[in-house]
Amino acid sequence: MERKPPPFPDSEEQEAHSEKAEEESGDDDDDDDDDGGEDIFTGNDLFSEEGSYPGVQEPSVDNQHASNGLRSDDDEQDLFAEARVELSLDRSSTKGIREVTRSSPSAPDISYKSSTSKMSFEKPEEEESNDKFELNIAVTHPEKVGDGMNAYMVYKVSTQTTLPMFKSRAFSVRRRFSDFLGLFEKLSEKHAQNGYIVPLPPEKSVVGMTKVKVGKEDTSSTEFVEKRRAALERYLHRVVSHQNLLQDPDVREFLEKDELPRAVSTQTLSGAGFLKMINKASDAVNKMTIKMNESDNWFEEKLQEVENEEQQLRKLHAVVDALVNHRKDLCGNTAVFAKSMAMLGNSEDNTALSRALSQLAEVEDKMEQLHQEQASNDFFIFAELLADYVRLLGGVRNCFDQRIKTWQRWQDAQSTLQKKREVEAKLLWANKPDKLQQAKDEITEWEAKVTQYERDFERICATVRKEVLRFEKEKSNDFKVHIIKYLESLLVSQQRLIKYWEAFLPEAKAIS
Amino acid sequence: MMQEGLDDGPDFLSEEDRGPRAVNVDLQTDGTLQVDISDALSERDKVKFTVHTKSTLPSFKQNEFSVVRQHEEFIWLHDSFVENEEYAGYIIPPAPPRPDFDASREKLQKLGEGEGSMTKEEFTKMKQELEAEYLAIFKKTVAMHEVFLCRVAAHPVLRKDLNFHVFLEYNQDLSVRGKNKKEKLEDFFKNVVKSADGVLVAGVKDVDDFFEHEKTFLLEYHNRVKDASAKSDRMIRSHKSAADDINRIASTLYTLGTQDSTDVCKFFLKVSELFEKTRKIEARVAADEDLKLADLLKYYLRESQAAKDLLYRRGRALVDYENANKALDKARAKNKDVLQAETTQQICCQKFEKISESAKQELIDFKTRRVAAFRKNLVELAELELKHAKGNLQLLQSCLGVLKGDT
Repeated sequence: MERKPPPFPDSEEQEAHSEKAEEESGDDDDDDDDDGGEDIFTGNDLFSEEGSYPGVQEPSVDNQHASNGLRSDDDEQDLFAEARVELSLDRSSTKGIREVTRSSPSAPDISYKSSTSKMSFEKPEEEESNDKFELNIAVTHPEKVGDGMNAYMVYKVSTQTTLPMFKSRAFSVRRRFSDFLGLFEKLSEKHAQNGYIVPLPPEKSVVGMTKVKVGKEDTSSTEFVEKRRAALERYLHRVVSHQNLLQDPDVREFLEKDELPRAVSTQTLSGAGFLKMINKASDAVNKMTIKMNESDNWFEEKLQEVENEEQQLRKLHAVVDALVNHRKDLCGNTAVFAKSMAMLGNSEDNTALSRALSQLAEVEDKMEQLHQEQASNDFFIFAELLADYVRLLGGVRNCFDQRIKTWQRWQDAQSTLQKKREVEAKLLWANKPDKLQQAKDEITEWEAKVTQYERDFERICATVRKEVLRFEKEKSNDFKVHIIKYLESLLVSQQRLIKYWEAFLPEAKAIS
Repeated sequence: MMQEGLDDGPDFLSEEDRGPRAVNVDLQTDGTLQVDISDALSERDKVKFTVHTKSTLPSFKQNEFSVVRQHEEFIWLHDSFVENEEYAGYIIPPAPPRPDFDASREKLQKLGEGEGSMTKEEFTKMKQELEAEYLAIFKKTVAMHEVFLCRVAAHPVLRKDLNFHVFLEYNQDLSVRGKNKKEKLEDFFKNVVKSADGVLVAGVKDVDDFFEHEKTFLLEYHNRVKDASAKSDRMIRSHKSAADDINRIASTLYTLGTQDSTDVCKFFLKVSELFEKTRKIEARVAADEDLKLADLLKYYLRESQAAKDLLYRRGRALVDYENANKALDKARAKNKDVLQAETTQQICCQKFEKISESAKQELIDFKTRRVAAFRKNLVELAELELKHAKGNLQLLQSCLGVLKGDT
């Protein structure tokens, strides 16, 4: 072994790294300080060093790989697997992620299709679960700032973490809704085009916010604020559970920095706005005349699955929404009925019956409470989950479209190259030596571009595959967790129902 | 096509269904006269009830016999009681409401029209539900007609009524035509006059404490029962809507679950199965609430109205009596037509006292019946709610057990 791997950063080095990372303040190109980061990605030998990293979990088994659902080259995945591993070791290297995405020029030997002796480092997910680092985020304490139409809500974003890349272990900042949108915009600008599924923030709502601004203190505006707070929290959870995004300095800044510059362009861009853009882009892609010929059907099939699922989830969401509303109606009607029963009990002149009727009125009152809570659970646990995923699936569709766009760019470059070659041929024949040099230069330029775009395409294919699988796993987990939670809430409801009626029964029997 | 199925008039009542029918009222039936509705047929726009009688009374030709009657004939019988002066002192059992399948039929028709726009499973499911709803309404209307007859049969005086015996025995069509326009108009005016009168009469303070109390009580009670009945209907409707939603959720989850055979899809299928079962229970809860609570309130709305009518009649008789007294005094003072005035006064007095006496007993019976009915229904309601909640709980627990075990 000629090259020793970069030492696993122990605590002092870590601090050194993280401080450096801080000072860099987003300067991508000054790589010189951060040796650790660079070495890893420029050296080929890296890939032949097996299991020599202290602290790395030994690659377990390939079965996991297989169950991943990947049908083609495992090696496509490997680069990123390594990258992930590195990141989990060397947290200071936020530039690492950027290196990865630009790595091809600096590591020309790495071909995605060739089967070199790659170690299959195990799936990053495995790493995640064995990761010793913790990150908990909460969005709380919505507060209204200001008055009238210029007012806005501020939320407290609290983070508790053992990740060394943060300055401290527990901290909180105040953020407003446009800050979240700003974060989304930055992330999607950087990552969406590479095929990453960037989580979408909650929708803007003029109506909801206006009520809040105007200061209407009714249930609908408190509900609105709570709905938004919960949605913002879920949004942040999704962002940080995405390893690549977590490493993005914008995310760190969002969580840590006291004051953020006001995000202005969010005025036009929002979850809904982005979705509109996605749909327009989709349409544009569909109109493309050159149909992509797929080497394997995976992408086409997956996209179809995604579209079907989106449709079904929309339908399900609509029904759950209806349920929420009917339960709210039931709640209201039960309250009214309870009062009516109480009145009837009052006018009944048989004492025992009168008392029983009043008791019945009380039971119905408790039922109202029950229905109210259940409706809330229907909404927050079930309906919002579905709404989130309908939006997220839109984001997934977008990353498929990005892939096609990337392919298109490659194809266009190829045809441009072809044209340049034709020009050169013509010039040769016409014997114009001065223009010939220019033509040759252009050909060289375009050959490089073609190579570049081809690599981009292959890379985005790999990213999309991985992202989709990651997403599916997250979605599967999300659904299971939430539905179980929902069912548990139903169970609690029934238990309370039983208690109420059991208390009533003797009263009814006591009528004489 | 859907309609034809109904027109065939299948026999909706099986032996099991004939169970606790007279649920609203607690009646003492004795062996001498037992009446029930043993069968019923639903045709396009009418229902035919088979009224079955078992009796040891000598006035009947046989000991056991059946006739077929329609709703209009029940109404005829009821009205004949109301119009009979002899029965002025009794609470006339309220007439059964007209069988109303319109809403249900409309829904079935809409379903038939929309057949193309849904999957076969959805269609079959909805059809089953609507048929079950139809069946439930049908059973209810049979129950209400039966209760009316049983009340009459249990009443010591009304059971001897000739019209009642004709109704039970005469095995041909009674040819009671529905009231024509003129008669309906007359009825309308009679009601207007009556309610104006009712206000008048109600205003007169009664010397008798019992009746005074009853008057105040019934006026208030009737209004509150009316209110409670309407509100219970609304509440139960919301409950049914929620159960329907759960049904659709189950269907959609099923579709999602059949997209693939991944882990999460199997999960969806299990949850869909769970919701299918729980929504059946929820639907039953709504149906039982309807039967035990809403129907009870509706029935006592009608009965309390009948009791109010009794009080009105007594009040009318009281006014007549007082007027006759005044006339008598005047006649005595003028010493003219004294005998006539005396006779009139005596008649009025007798009438009034007769009504008062029977009314008192009727109202006491009414209270007893009411308390018993409420007790029975509230106990049954509580027991059913508990049964269903426990069923739901068990389903949820077992499903959660499986789901958590799998993940």
